[in-house]
Amino acid sequence: MSAVKGERAVPAPQAGHAATLNRRRLLNTRGWTFLLVLAAVAVGVPWLNATGALPDYAVSLVGKYLCFALLAIALDLLWGYCGILSLGHAAFFALGGYAMGMHLMREIGDRGVYANPDLPDFMVFLNWQELPWFWSGFDMFWFAALMALFVPGLLAFVFGWFAFRSRVTGVYLSIITQAMTYALMLAFFRNEMGFGGNNGLTDFKDVLGFDLASQETRTGLMVLSAIAVAIGFLICRAVVISKAGKVIVGIRDAESRMRFLGYRVEGYKLFVFVLSAMLAGLAGALYTPQVGIINPGEFSPANSIEVVIWVALGGRGTLVGAAIGAVIVAAAKTVLTGLFPEAWLFVLGGMFVFVTIFMPRGVLGVWDAMVDGMWQTRGMDPRERRLAS
Amino acid sequence: MNLLVLDGVTRSFDGFKAINGLTLTVDPGELRAIIGPNGAGKTTMMDIVTGKTRPDGGIVRFDGHDMSKTDEAGSARLGIGRKFQKPTVFETHTVEDNLLLSLRDNRSVFGTLFSKTDHAARIAELLALIRLEDRRLDLAADLSHGQKQWLEIGMLLAQDPKLLLVDEPAAGMTDEETARTAALLRDLAGDHAVIVVEHDMEFVRALDCKVTVLHQGSVLAEGPLDTVSANEQVIEVYLGR
Repeated sequence: MSAVKGERAVPAPQAGHAATLNRRRLLNTRGWTFLLVLAAVAVGVPWLNATGALPDYAVSLVGKYLCFALLAIALDLLWGYCGILSLGHAAFFALGGYAMGMHLMREIGDRGVYANPDLPDFMVFLNWQELPWFWSGFDMFWFAALMALFVPGLLAFVFGWFAFRSRVTGVYLSIITQAMTYALMLAFFRNEMGFGGNNGLTDFKDVLGFDLASQETRTGLMVLSAIAVAIGFLICRAVVISKAGKVIVGIRDAESRMRFLGYRVEGYKLFVFVLSAMLAGLAGALYTPQVGIINPGEFSPANSIEVVIWVALGGRGTLVGAAIGAVIVAAAKTVLTGLFPEAWLFVLGGMFVFVTIFMPRGVLGVWDAMVDGMWQTRGMDPRERRLAS
Repeated sequence: MNLLVLDGVTRSFDGFKAINGLTLTVDPGELRAIIGPNGAGKTTMMDIVTGKTRPDGGIVRFDGHDMSKTDEAGSARLGIGRKFQKPTVFETHTVEDNLLLSLRDNRSVFGTLFSKTDHAARIAELLALIRLEDRRLDLAADLSHGQKQWLEIGMLLAQDPKLLLVDEPAAGMTDEETARTAALLRDLAGDHAVIVVEHDMEFVRALDCKVTVLHQGSVLAEGPLDTVSANEQVIEVYLGR
């Protein structure tokens, strides 16, 4: 932005093609590049695995990163574009994960330790006689998949309905989202809740007849995750380039002006919040079968804060940047927690401080500034590039 | 029939009566200046008219609608446009998008999500009016202070309101911009009712319209500027000393 300031020597774009510039395309160069990289990962990683260049566990690791990337894109839509900083987004992710986990528990059937065909092991252990009502239906995959989207969406709707109508904004909203995920964590820790308490849900066997322990299933799940990231990205991108997307950015920049123009700001915030929560739920539903466990730790406030760091590091309000940030941080975490487990939190904090001070627009912001500079040295107007994106 | 009627309106904040039995009427197409010392209740009055603040008592009617139960978006949809003192535009949007978002159109989430109309002709007209044709694709953040004021005025016109509330439009403008703004507001009156809240007496004189003086939340005097400025009480609370 600053690169453009005072750049009056640059000829103004001609009226003729300016008219088309403002209609932003669903896929610009960056969008295509992102989708191509996703496709390359979906094809290349299994191929490298087949040739023996990549170990088996790396495939699931990539699948896990892709789930994080989708979660980051979901948060970026909310925070980067609408300015709502949710410090509880991992809650929606975890709820999606639990919904899928419940189905996977039911799929175990009588292959559990206690060989009870209906009740998961932890319920037998707690001496429960029958399945709680909220576990019914989860034996069907389609129902569980629907719930993985519906439950996070419903929570976001109810939470957002009250928060946005009462005009809770800024840091107060962030704090109550944090309280929300913390409260859910405490609730899910309790055995009486019926979600396996402290241990969560685990010992999964198969999904839709595919053995979760087999490398083929793991590869399939990784590819599905890549497809989910692509779909999530396209949905968010479609919202962002629409007129509603402009309204959403307007709310971020000047909420009261938007109200005085006649827009019901609450409705837009609620729409973005619910959509974002559902995408987070989808990411969670794909995450659970790939890591083989879902437990209340996923609700911990630190997880949600980590998501914020992914987005900040990659570049807010870019969607693609959020995904890049998620992969960079998650990969760094994998490496560092292996080498120096104690150092990880310091590195994470350090990364956040560094990015906030030196790269306020994240990795992609630095990249954009470089490209803008190149355009200007070639005597071209960076405004055109920005408008075309 | 009056376009805007305030009758015996009261509103207090923590016991302080910001608006105290305010009675005021504005006709369709009228240009009205409202002056008054700090704390006279000018901003609260505008907040009440636009539904941002609910009155404790009294009647607020706009174009036949009871305004005491509506919100900002509702007042905007009924035809009230509001210009803030500090120019408030969407900084990260282009000048064109700022206008696009302001034009009368479906305001619902799903209406905007699938909106295809670009209103190119209407936007070109407005750009010419506010003299920002060559800044059309620039971000609003890159405009000068005066240009932002004009952009905001353009956004209000795009709403095509029945009543325009304008808060200190001359603040921070150069003399030339001030004169142009006064001329523009005079032009607008007739098609729209315009209420201007202003401190700058030269500017109010240039508007050449009926003036209402507020003091301690109610009307102290009303009439042409010369009559009002000769009023003993007005001189005492506002102009004199």
